[in-house]
Amino acid sequence: MKNCVEIRWHGRGGQGAKTAALLLADVAFQTGKYVQGFPEYGPERMGAPITAYNRISDEVVRVHSNIYDPEYVVVVDETLLETVDVTKGLKEEGAIVINTAKPKEEILPHLKGYKGKVYTIDARKVSVACLGKYFPNSPMLAAIVKVTGLMDEELFLNEMRASFQHKFASKPEVIEGNMRALSMALEEVQ
Amino acid sequence: MAKRDRLSGNEAVSYALRQINPDVFPAFPITPSTEIPQYFASFVANGQVDTEFIPVESEHSSMSAAIGASAAGARSLTATSSCGLALMWEELYVAASNRLPVALALVNRALSGPININCDHSDSMGARDSGWIQIYAENNQEAYDNMVQAFRIAEHQDVRLPIMICQDGFITSHAVENIELLDDGDVKNFVGEYEPENYLLNPECPTAVGPYSVTDFYMEAKRAQAEAMKNSKQVILDVAKEFAQISGREYGLFEEYRLEDADYAVVMIGSAAGTTKDAIDQMREQGKKVGLLKLRVFRPFPAEEIAEALKNVKAVAVMDRADSFSDHGGPLGAEVMAALFRNRSQAYAINYVYGLGGRDVRVEDMEQVFETLEQIAATGETGDTYRYMGVRE
Repeated sequence: MKNCVEIRWHGRGGQGAKTAALLLADVAFQTGKYVQGFPEYGPERMGAPITAYNRISDEVVRVHSNIYDPEYVVVVDETLLETVDVTKGLKEEGAIVINTAKPKEEILPHLKGYKGKVYTIDARKVSVACLGKYFPNSPMLAAIVKVTGLMDEELFLNEMRASFQHKFASKPEVIEGNMRALSMALEEVQ
Repeated sequence: MAKRDRLSGNEAVSYALRQINPDVFPAFPITPSTEIPQYFASFVANGQVDTEFIPVESEHSSMSAAIGASAAGARSLTATSSCGLALMWEELYVAASNRLPVALALVNRALSGPININCDHSDSMGARDSGWIQIYAENNQEAYDNMVQAFRIAEHQDVRLPIMICQDGFITSHAVENIELLDDGDVKNFVGEYEPENYLLNPECPTAVGPYSVTDFYMEAKRAQAEAMKNSKQVILDVAKEFAQISGREYGLFEEYRLEDADYAVVMIGSAAGTTKDAIDQMREQGKKVGLLKLRVFRPFPAEEIAEALKNVKAVAVMDRADSFSDHGGPLGAEVMAALFRNRSQAYAINYVYGLGGRDVRVEDMEQVFETLEQIAATGETGDTYRYMGVRE
């Protein structure tokens, strides 16, 4: 497929990696793209490693396989670095975004010599500062939007506000916190 | 005005059901179809439909309630997957033989065991001889469009048969993709009011539904059922033609993708057809004449039409997402090969079992299938016509 960006998410059940992938499909759709957002399901249980995927393309997406050679990988839980081969198939011209408080030098040894760009963000710090609780998916979503440059940041924030207003219609009190988490994450990812 | 949106396959089918606003929807949850009654229940709670939604205690009950409602004269449906369909087994035959136009939103999932929640077609393929019309989808758009057309086909006076609208579990049911949705008013007009000819709650014309049939009548009842299935083919095409007028999207009994001049063809059902299209485009760029026949309607089985569409191919691979354990091939393979034989086809034909329990199908896998066909045509050696794709031996 031409002009198709493929993204793979690694998280643990309950952290919202699947939701983040679906939200990314949502916002990319709003920019006029053809999108796919889908989870790979194993036994569903809290804490088990899960994978989710995005395809974002200028053309209709027909392929229905998982993604093996992504441009980007998002690691929502850094403990996965020890058990999952997160850079498998990851293109060198792409990038990996990892949720960690550690400096990059401590992360690199886990990436099996990956030669592409490595970005980190402390999603716990962002989430706790903005929401008072640990929900890593909003910060990680903002981080991957920033790293991929998929869309204009202001447009992203506007679309996310509309999306949260729909998603959190029954608990509007969490919308502002999530919006702050997105804005802060756009600044924090490095 | 049609609306561009992005929805998962389950959301898309639920959206169609809200627009259809059926009379009765009994349901029992099972992965991966659970979201359909779940979303629908919120439409009921929000007053967006006036459907009688009945949470029941099993799939045996959900299909029984749908049948009872349909016999009473209501437009009814339910949704299920896998073992849920298995638990409806007796009722599937009851619905079909009583000529009740019940609809079933089926989200295909492997039927045990080992227990598995992911996609294959072993659930619906097992029900292929139950007398239900079966229509399959490649993606969320087709699942939505097929659902909108379902009752028009099932309720047609020449048909009056139950209909299964199938999509691939998780692969399309849980994948968010772009979709074009019709206006509520257009769907409402298209589907229309259900006006059954005979029904239990008609005091003017008392009838019995489901009585014992003595040997002297049983076979005539089955013959009439077979005739209805035969009739359904034309009705499916007529309804599709009318649907194209409101949607701009055309459907037939199957889709031919770059098949017209193809030497090598794949026949398959469901979401992997999209992946196969990508493989075909890549191989066509290398000058290889490859094509796809994606079956939409498995019951009734369009045998003559398939044989006609494949008449010029040198070799064909029929892809089954279910095994029959016949040691001879899967259900689609058996039917396609019989159709080819009846048409005196000289093409080489092989039958793959693939994608069981959600086993992923990659573009590369399908390229390899086409390369195998090329080799078979070149050497004249078919090898084992019944084989597995993408399995550790």
